[in-house]
Amino acid sequence: MQEFIWLLPTLPLLGFLSLALTGGSLPKRAVAAIGAGSIGAAFIAAALIAIEFLDSGEEVFVYQTWVWMSVGSFTPGITFYLDGLSLVMMLIITGVGFLIHLYSTGFMFDDPSYSRFFSYMNLFVAAMLMLVLADNLVLLYLGWEGVGLCSYLLIGFWYENPANGYAARKAFVVTRVGDTSMAIGLFLLFRELGTLNIQDLMVAAQTEWQIGSEMAIACSLLLLGGAVGKSAQLPLQTWLPDAMAGPTPISALIHAATMVTAGVYLIARTHVLFELAPWVQMLVAWIGLATLLMAGFTALTQHDIKRILAYSTISQIGYMFLGLGVGAWSASVFHLMTHAFFKALLFLAAGTVIYSLHHEHDIFKMGGKRKQLPIAFWSFLIGSLALAAFPFTSGYFSKDEILLAAYASGGSGVWLWVGGVFGAFLTGAYSFRLVFVVFFGASRGHHDEKEKTGFAMATPLLVLMLLSLVGGWIQIPVESVFNHGAADEARHVSALIHGIMIAVPLLGIGVSYLFFVSGALAVEKLMSYKLAKFLHRVWFSGWYMDALYQRVLVNPFVWLARLNRNDFFDALYNSVIIISRSAHGLIAKSQTGYLGWYLLSMAAGLIVVLAAGVYL
Amino acid sequence: METIPTEHGLILAGILFVLGLIGVLTRRNIVFVLMSLEIMLNASGLAFIVAAARFGHAEGHIMFLMILTLAAAEVAVGLGLIIQMYRKFHTVDISVLSEMKG
Repeated sequence: MQEFIWLLPTLPLLGFLSLALTGGSLPKRAVAAIGAGSIGAAFIAAALIAIEFLDSGEEVFVYQTWVWMSVGSFTPGITFYLDGLSLVMMLIITGVGFLIHLYSTGFMFDDPSYSRFFSYMNLFVAAMLMLVLADNLVLLYLGWEGVGLCSYLLIGFWYENPANGYAARKAFVVTRVGDTSMAIGLFLLFRELGTLNIQDLMVAAQTEWQIGSEMAIACSLLLLGGAVGKSAQLPLQTWLPDAMAGPTPISALIHAATMVTAGVYLIARTHVLFELAPWVQMLVAWIGLATLLMAGFTALTQHDIKRILAYSTISQIGYMFLGLGVGAWSASVFHLMTHAFFKALLFLAAGTVIYSLHHEHDIFKMGGKRKQLPIAFWSFLIGSLALAAFPFTSGYFSKDEILLAAYASGGSGVWLWVGGVFGAFLTGAYSFRLVFVVFFGASRGHHDEKEKTGFAMATPLLVLMLLSLVGGWIQIPVESVFNHGAADEARHVSALIHGIMIAVPLLGIGVSYLFFVSGALAVEKLMSYKLAKFLHRVWFSGWYMDALYQRVLVNPFVWLARLNRNDFFDALYNSVIIISRSAHGLIAKSQTGYLGWYLLSMAAGLIVVLAAGVYL
Repeated sequence: METIPTEHGLILAGILFVLGLIGVLTRRNIVFVLMSLEIMLNASGLAFIVAAARFGHAEGHIMFLMILTLAAAEVAVGLGLIIQMYRKFHTVDISVLSEMKG
């Protein structure tokens, strides 16, 4: 079965092709069958491959289909590389991907562009599988750009609204900054080490470069740039909240469960390089910490249900970066998996809320929806518990591992731990603020709507609920991938540390409870303080990062573009146009339409030619 | 037997050709244009005959026979076109027909 690994990207690609080439002429049931079925088939294939791979006891399985191009010593192949890490990723992508596809068959049923939606979704899954199964960085980059393209297409899915198109362009351009840095990183790696095959590259880097050498730092920094852009970390995080303009299943699949974690995957995949540059690895941890705190504060103030989840995604990926930065590779990948479960659950549940309440996004116009939307309520409750790392839910295990690794990493690790724990407090507060405001208290609108979930929408929610609860018990087989890291050592820390890590999220939930359920504390009272008001404004705007980029980058660029409207090169090319236009005018004048004139010119021409023949 | 000098024949052919050309260029009635074309064709035929007589070769005669057939075919097509043109535009004046003006 393992040699059928090429089926994994191929099946979704076939789904994409058949949907794209029929151009929406298929009936909706057929579209749903192809769209969700191709991913379901890919999941079954992935599961069979995984079982055989784990049974075989091998650490790696490489399958080469063909050589992509051959330029001198540069021969990247369409080659699939399966080890514990890509195994976990491929199961997440096909498994969670299938659930989200299934959900979408119900959620998007009324949309006129049903077929287009599923064709993009299938293309996305194909590209994402390519990304995680690639054995060389060129193929990885193909998948990397492929998912970026699909992200762009799907954010702007409802393109009639110009704001959605703007959000899509913003996402594309901002991630492009990171992608450019990554591309330069690839060029540099190839120039220095002469290969882009990931495993060869890691071996070569270890033998050629000293720890802390300049090249290692440069390359890992450039790759980090790509990861930061894709995973929406500081300073390139501004695109993700706007990406919520896309349909909600997209937010679940691309902007929570899979694509945005590609940066984490990239760093985990090239972790050897980052270990050679301890300084950069530390930077990864601090970027993660800064991002998770910043996004946590911002999530506290948002009104839009999807924006809260978007900032929470940024914040959770911050945790993953924090874990990567302190060398807890497997813990980060573990958190990636549990996050895929509970964040997909939260987004799909948010989709159900939005769908049932006629596209209402403002949580303060909901309230008391516990009875009205029972499935969404339970999904949100379980998802938020896992998100807030409530003991023995999936998020608890993964986040704990990351924080413990930070604590044990020594040096400034304690500060990373403190920041991470404070982030956990914020996580508890903002996630339960959402739950309490939407599902508890008095109803503030939309009193009569019923929950709209069919079989297709409820089943994924139930499965994801289960996974969010028990996902923490899954053992991911990544030890052999990271076996030289410190991640797999059992850590023994005092009960106090454990107690703090359990208590702090509960404290966050409690604070949220006091504010939004019991009414012991009131937001209005808090807002009467000037400082609180100021902080609210800063946090609500996402720390003015958008405004900053608007001033520093966008406005000067637009100004330059305006200034250069009649630029020199345009004049050069315009002159070509003017010359050919006037020449055309002259020649067109000779076309009088009079037969006599044509004959005369023919005779004159003949005479000229004859005279030339005679005299020359 | 007194032969006609070659130059005379060629000059006659030249005069005929120029007459035909002038006719083609100046006439506005398409029927006359066609007739002038015939004169030009015959002028070139005459030049071939003269050349054949001068050099004693048969090719000139063969060429004239070809020109004759060609002219017959051309007239057939040309007259057909003229009839069509008259049906469509109710005129045989070529200066009226300037639809191809650039």
